[in-house]
Amino acid sequence: MRTKQLFMVASALMVSPALLFGAGTISGKVTYTGTPAKQKTIDMSKEPTCAKQHTTPITTETVVTGANNALENVVVYISAGAPDESSAPTQAVTFTQKGCQYLPHVLAMKTGQELKVVNDDQTSHNIHPLAKVNREWNKSQPPGTPPLSEKFDKEEFISVKCNVHPWMHGYFAVLKTSHYSVSGDNGAFSLPNLPAGKYTITAWQEDYGTQTQDVTITGNETKTVDFTFKAKPY
Amino acid sequence: MNALSKRLFLNTLIAVTVALPSLAQEAHVGDLTGHAASGKKLYRRFCVGCHGPLGDGNGENAPWIDPKPRDFTAATFKCRSTPTGTLPTDQDLYNSVGRGFYNSNMPHWDALTDQMRIDLVAYIKTFSPRWKSEKAGDPINIPAEPAVTMQSITHGAELFQKMECWKCHGQQGRGDGPSAATLTDSKDQPIRPYNFAAGGDDSRFKCGVTNQDVYRIFMTGVDGTPMPSFADVIQPNDAWDLVHFLRTLQTNRHSKENDVLKAAGGKIPVKAADAPSGSGGQ
Repeated sequence: MRTKQLFMVASALMVSPALLFGAGTISGKVTYTGTPAKQKTIDMSKEPTCAKQHTTPITTETVVTGANNALENVVVYISAGAPDESSAPTQAVTFTQKGCQYLPHVLAMKTGQELKVVNDDQTSHNIHPLAKVNREWNKSQPPGTPPLSEKFDKEEFISVKCNVHPWMHGYFAVLKTSHYSVSGDNGAFSLPNLPAGKYTITAWQEDYGTQTQDVTITGNETKTVDFTFKAKPY
Repeated sequence: MNALSKRLFLNTLIAVTVALPSLAQEAHVGDLTGHAASGKKLYRRFCVGCHGPLGDGNGENAPWIDPKPRDFTAATFKCRSTPTGTLPTDQDLYNSVGRGFYNSNMPHWDALTDQMRIDLVAYIKTFSPRWKSEKAGDPINIPAEPAVTMQSITHGAELFQKMECWKCHGQQGRGDGPSAATLTDSKDQPIRPYNFAAGGDDSRFKCGVTNQDVYRIFMTGVDGTPMPSFADVIQPNDAWDLVHFLRTLQTNRHSKENDVLKAAGGKIPVKAADAPSGSGGQ
């Protein structure tokens, strides 16, 4: 208890650990081997206002891949060794419902950070994070209503769904650290502003689970770490 | 010497850790104070068959029950006076035990004494650590109910369209909306939206029978199910209009809402703009 308080005071005094200790970077690429399961085509005909927003058929997004076996939507974060952060970033992260899809499909945030949920559609959505560690809630958001503001207090990968549109499915990655990155369509990720130290890096994919690697940063350097997931054929 | 003091210390530690939870596990409703220790005995007699010895809803009867018995370890409760995502009040749980759950295997336990029911509530709260780290939410404020008028019912009908209640509950509230067939609860069990038209004067909702209960159900949401909270998007007075309209969906139930509707000719005027539009022309 007391040590924690002391620690919080101490870390509050340190303006930015990165500024004080120099800035190392861990970056790399997430790829897969094998053949990923084929994604299912979504039938949105029951929701014409959404269906007409898409010219090409929309599929599920449990595994999203890019060129050269790149794996998208993988959350890469520092799971151990990161400088302790007492406060959450003041900037909110945004989760948008558009065309009856979640943008982005996987949204990472720090514990306590503000989450804004926006409905850009002409239909009602209900935002239902199926949290197990955090509180499970379920809120309706009809068209034209202001963004919802929420936050999560505990680290958890939370499955999010809309019960009205059962194909809508995404994830909130709530992390204890703000040193996270979500791989883009080229599978690349980057974790900048790291002081020297020994780190454990974890990569999480919603269908393939997690992988970890240990990395040591000695100073102002960039270390390359790649993750390769074995694709599940179904 | 050293070993003795170590054992003493350990014993005290065990005594404290064992005693603390039971001390903390009380429930309060009015003048009643429930005790988890007494509740445990009652639970093992009356509740364990369905809710299981661990309180996780996996009792020996559970495989044959639909909807499944509540998993108390998740501390997610359907009937609350408190906002979605928050813990219910002791009163909420106490009411649920006494009322039972309509359309489920949970009977009303009004054969038990008030003290027995509050003891059970105290024990139910031992299954999740959330009860130690969190307080119950603040009950939502429900303003006094305005008079039932045709205007109120008509506005409620507009809200039923605008909030898209019909997507699950259906245009006639029969639980047959376009999304109804796909609904699952938070444990991936299929679940049906409430059918307002079923039943007559005895019709009940899961969380009560009064107009206030109806108000509370859609404003707080039914946690653990697809039914979301509308507290952020419906104003208190609008909410009463929706309550009045929902009552008219209970076509076989005598109510002041149905009387008012009948006196006005039995039809709710529909604004063209509120009719569900197929292609959604803006």
